[in-house]
Amino acid sequence: MTFNVLWLQSGGCGGCTMSLLCADTPDLPGLLRDNGINLLGHPALSLKGGADHIGLLQDCVHGRVRLDALCVEGAMLRGPHGSGRFHLLAGTEVAMIDWVRQLAAVARHVVAIGACAAWGGITASGFNPTEACGLQYEDALKGGLLGAHFRALGGLPVINIAGCPTHPGWVTDSLMALAAGLLTEADLDPLGRPRFYADQLVHHGCTRNEYYEYKASAAKPSDLGCTMENMGCKGTQAHADCNTRLWNGYGSCTRGGYACISCTEPGFQHPGHPFHLTPKLAGIPIGLPTDMPKAWFVALASLSKSATPKRVKQNAHSDHVVLPPVPRKTGLR
Amino acid sequence: MTRLILGPFNRVEGDLEVQLEVADGRVAEARVKAPMYRGFEVVLQGRDPMDAMTIAPRICGICSVSQSVAAAKALADASGVVVPANGVHATNLMLACENLADHLTHFYVFFMPDFTREVYAQRPWFGEAERRFAAVVGGGPGNGLHNRAALAARARWLELMGALGGKWPHTGAILPGGTSRAIESTERVRLLTRLREMRAFLEATLFGCALEELAALHSLADLHAWRMRAAGSDLALFLDIADDADLAQLGAGPGRYLSYGAYLQPNASHALAQGVWDAATQQRLALDASQISEDLHHAWYAQNSGTQPLHPTDGLTQPDPDKAGAYTWNKAPRLAGQVVETGAIARQLVDGQPLIRDACTLYGGTVLTRVLARLVELARILPMMEQWLMALQPNEPFHQVQAMPEQAQGAGLSEAARGALGHWLRIDKGRIAHYQIVAPTSWNFSPRDAAGTPGALEMALVGAPLDAASTDGPGTSVAVQHIVRSFDPCMVCTVH
Repeated sequence: MTFNVLWLQSGGCGGCTMSLLCADTPDLPGLLRDNGINLLGHPALSLKGGADHIGLLQDCVHGRVRLDALCVEGAMLRGPHGSGRFHLLAGTEVAMIDWVRQLAAVARHVVAIGACAAWGGITASGFNPTEACGLQYEDALKGGLLGAHFRALGGLPVINIAGCPTHPGWVTDSLMALAAGLLTEADLDPLGRPRFYADQLVHHGCTRNEYYEYKASAAKPSDLGCTMENMGCKGTQAHADCNTRLWNGYGSCTRGGYACISCTEPGFQHPGHPFHLTPKLAGIPIGLPTDMPKAWFVALASLSKSATPKRVKQNAHSDHVVLPPVPRKTGLR
Repeated sequence: MTRLILGPFNRVEGDLEVQLEVADGRVAEARVKAPMYRGFEVVLQGRDPMDAMTIAPRICGICSVSQSVAAAKALADASGVVVPANGVHATNLMLACENLADHLTHFYVFFMPDFTREVYAQRPWFGEAERRFAAVVGGGPGNGLHNRAALAARARWLELMGALGGKWPHTGAILPGGTSRAIESTERVRLLTRLREMRAFLEATLFGCALEELAALHSLADLHAWRMRAAGSDLALFLDIADDADLAQLGAGPGRYLSYGAYLQPNASHALAQGVWDAATQQRLALDASQISEDLHHAWYAQNSGTQPLHPTDGLTQPDPDKAGAYTWNKAPRLAGQVVETGAIARQLVDGQPLIRDACTLYGGTVLTRVLARLVELARILPMMEQWLMALQPNEPFHQVQAMPEQAQGAGLSEAARGALGHWLRIDKGRIAHYQIVAPTSWNFSPRDAAGTPGALEMALVGAPLDAASTDGPGTSVAVQHIVRSFDPCMVCTVH
């Protein structure tokens, strides 16, 4: 039996779809089809639009077409004043939030694609002029459009494939697991994110780990050093497998030379400090590595700073390796 | 006259509605409605200026790098930083990577699937169009083979972004002072393989010839001779379909074309020239960016106190969803009060590419010439990228540090895949005090202005025929679908 997926877009940039099209496979449509996933409709990919598209939504709402997964990309725009008029679905004069409410009620699973659909994300920046929220969260607060107690017909709360954008592999793996009946509540973390990527830290596999170990920190963009101490990096706290799964072949934010802004976490859009600067108290970063006691961090940091090899210290402040590791004559033991 | 409301348009970026007044089986009037408001300009206010480098790319998932480049240029303008040559080349490589990916996505994923609609089922080329271009969703197995190959080539191509920018979309590697990711000499070879792979795909599948051969075509006569040699290529099939569906005559725009100039070089020249092409006089005019303004008469924004439309350095964004006479969340940008069209066609006309100039002299800016200009651009830019990659100087800097001033003003003009993109900002007490964005599709899908002059798409739709078979139904028009998509609209940018 095929697994019917309907994909909608609202208050967002469409980047999670663009990211999905970067999936690491020679044939994305084939990958989905071979796993029994039938895309009923997708705003960027479907042949037909207009009345055909609206008819499809109505068929799902009225049970004429079985909806196994409703995927929503982009934030839910409740403004102005809760009316949802900041996004009326074209051709319908009906607020997108109303379409989503109706469709979520008949879907076996509801999936938030990306940070905007999960928590509001970048769309909820500043004073949140569009009254944006996620499907089941508003930042870290449970509720959102569908309410704290919402469960889809299949029994699960909204599945939050958060990220800005989300990783194509997170989406394909989640949909494949859902289609195969392999994604249970135990496979979701307390924020509804699939554990297969959310039980990792961005820090895991970071190529700057030697600099991190010695607190050999970057001082300016393009430096090779660790970006945690000065440049705003939250990789030691952010839940995601970006440095072991990698993006676009062999990338990640930290490999691209800039900070992890923890875009898989609710509320990342207003960190309370400029994204590119690490907030500190008495010279110590406020955001310490996950599960690390502050006293130990301070002690280890000062110890490792005094033990930093010259090579690591010098390279940390350059955009290329100026001192390569010295070849050992006796082999590695 | 009867009214038709079309939408949602799939295979455009973001949500779009078009309202048509139809008489005698043709479009008599069109109004383009952008049905969403996002509020980026107002949420940028009060932030640290560098936060724009995280927030601005997220305006758009398909032209994210373009937004980064415009924001970086505006901040560089404000701070006075001089970007080192490596930073210029690396930025251009990322921008070109995105622009070419967008052109490829447009042709294969967004535009060509319309020729597999039922309305064309009796045409001699229909079976081949289905085999190559059937939509990713709804195309059926065994069909859309070239679309699927293009998606795979595109994913591989965007590995350039993985290397140069960490990821795509929404890289943080593009900065006012250059780029945060230095490329070492050995890595350059690996990146060159990605350029070669895309070249191989384009030459084998899209063009059936060397990129240089396609880029050197000087006239329509050249193009017709080339078609004989490259029969079987996707471009040749497109030209066959275009002849049959009369795409050369469909969707004529305003005849004035704007390009801010693309791919700024270390010597301050542009790889593709800046200016305005006036088709009526066949003249290239200098760009006077002080003549840009945004008219709010038919947009859901509160009118400024004066009567004149404002330049973006003073422009305001105050939503007013109950405003009488308004019908879209898009403002109406004008250049010296006039409607202009922007995009690859404008870049190639302004730059003087002979084939596109020749084609537009005969046909004007239409569905055919817009699509052709994009494909010519693909063939022209990729060889430039090979040069930029080789121009990187290993061990020389990619980034220059410069503190942001407490008080400053800046403008960043750039070319996204879809055309002219501008950011205007002011910094006050070290914070963003003002931010205005005019996106390419803001120009192309502009509503009417105070004088009632329709925007570029609104003009282009007038005269479009309805489908013959649609007399009994609510009315459909595949011609309207072609015209709308020939602009490659990005609605999420438009409603920033």
